[in-house]
Amino acid sequence: MTAPAYNDSSQAAIPARSGQSKWLDRGFRIVTQGFALAVAAVLVIIGIQVTINAWPAIREFGLSFIYTSAWNPVESVYGALPMIYGTLVSSFIALLLAFPLGVGTAIFLSEDFLPAKIRTPLAFMVELLAAIPSVVYGLWGIYVLIPFLKPIGGWLHDTLGWFPLFRTDYIGPGMLPAGIILTVMILPVITAISRDSLTSLPPSLRQASMGMGATRWTTIFRVLIPAGISGIIGGTMLALGRALGETMAVTLLIGNSNNFNISILAPANTIASLMANQFAEASGLQVAALMYAGLVLFLMTLIVNVLAELIIRKLKPY
Amino acid sequence: MNSSHTAESNAQDQKSKEPVFRTEDLNIYYGDFLAVRGVSMEIQPRKITAFIGPSGCGKSTLLRCFNRLNDLIPSFHLKGKAYYHDQDLFADDVDPVAVRRRIGMVFQQPNPFPKSIYNNIAYGARVTGMQIDDMDELVEKSLRQAALWDEVKDKLGANGLSLSGGQQQRLCIARAISTTPDVILMDEPCSSLDPISTLKVEDLLQELTNDYTIVIVTHNMQQATRVADETAFFNAEASDDGKRYGFLVEYGPTERIFSQPQEESTQRYVSGRFG
Repeated sequence: MTAPAYNDSSQAAIPARSGQSKWLDRGFRIVTQGFALAVAAVLVIIGIQVTINAWPAIREFGLSFIYTSAWNPVESVYGALPMIYGTLVSSFIALLLAFPLGVGTAIFLSEDFLPAKIRTPLAFMVELLAAIPSVVYGLWGIYVLIPFLKPIGGWLHDTLGWFPLFRTDYIGPGMLPAGIILTVMILPVITAISRDSLTSLPPSLRQASMGMGATRWTTIFRVLIPAGISGIIGGTMLALGRALGETMAVTLLIGNSNNFNISILAPANTIASLMANQFAEASGLQVAALMYAGLVLFLMTLIVNVLAELIIRKLKPY
Repeated sequence: MNSSHTAESNAQDQKSKEPVFRTEDLNIYYGDFLAVRGVSMEIQPRKITAFIGPSGCGKSTLLRCFNRLNDLIPSFHLKGKAYYHDQDLFADDVDPVAVRRRIGMVFQQPNPFPKSIYNNIAYGARVTGMQIDDMDELVEKSLRQAALWDEVKDKLGANGLSLSGGQQQRLCIARAISTTPDVILMDEPCSSLDPISTLKVEDLLQELTNDYTIVIVTHNMQQATRVADETAFFNAEASDDGKRYGFLVEYGPTERIFSQPQEESTQRYVSGRFG
């Protein structure tokens, strides 16, 4: 007679995983791993490709490409200093204006100054600024922003003309309108990410601070912002990355001058804008020079992102 | 600072028999919703008063009136009066920030700031503008009072959040007493702690009654019998429109509330037969 079923160890044992389930697990892991590696590979391949194409210019000009300011296709002499300066300064102007505006807006929208019925649509509208195509920003800049800035630019030159940054008179297209259009374009990024990081803080933090007898302002500036700083810095760096690489709106507003001029009221150029303007008609060494400029931009954004990551890691409170 | 502090405590000694808090027919609302109805009670100085009762009976809501923390909830409003000593807490000219500087609070979940242990304590002194000659001394004194000093003295720079739950809660208590408030309100301070940490906090409470008036909300009736001098039992019942509101059932010395309650609902609650 056979043993009763409940004594049979094979019946009592927990069933083994089916081969199919194991295979699915492994397959999923392999596929997602492949996707992740492919993304990294694309980045590396682009980097290599740009370097190869830029090689003739790198060999010809070496590091002097970065600190000379000739851009002369006729004589095949290239130096990207004006564009590097333009890229850095236009992004810096944007950051200088957008950071306080964006973080201020984020604080305002994350506090209960307004009833939620008004606050939520307002936050949505700020985020909608990111959805406007950049060519629309550029056209708006030409027809609205440049004329609007004329008295301001003129005033800056008249009163502060002794200062190198305002040495030239405002003629319209130039660094200032480009920097301001970038401000508007990166504002929603800074605002949205900062607001998210402030609203996702545990309410107990605010209660703890208010319960200690801190005012709302002390609570915001000494508890909430330090606690949310990693998100705020992260959003700002993401915005800076966007400002460095923005092409269309800047091309329409910056004046595309390849001569170095320190004044922010003068026409200037950025790397991205230079490439967009010249690439179609370029040949020979000019292509290599444009690629070299692209490589410089690539490295600049890489440095910004690495810095952002380091800052976030250092400041992360949780 | 020392001399003014002594003068203050002398003044407090003179009126040490006067209640710290007094409420008169206090009704607390969130919007149209009546949360707590008709509470009239007095809280005695330098004693531990426990608020007990089932969930939703308004214990925490009432507690948060005493330091005006309910002000953070936009729909909150009240009728009736609440006095701190002789001062109407909800008078127009009362600054809630000044109220909270005199009346500290410890919350249900430990909520240290994401700052160093040292700065968690120093924060209170800094924001309340206390004149501190030696911040190190204040930090050490507060942590000693909260029975945490020996565990953290070698890592004052560590993040407050890196401590265990029980340590975090004692850090919050140290933070609350660092500004030498008059009263400490505690909203279920032990509900997320293990029994050993709970005992440590309870021992701490006994020591603190030498200097402070303590009001504690607790779900743990053993805790009330262990620590409280006075106990208030709250209950909830449905009004005519079916909404539940909380009210004060019975209030008196802890021993009497637990051994000879006057009300049947108190009797049922303290003996473990709820409702």
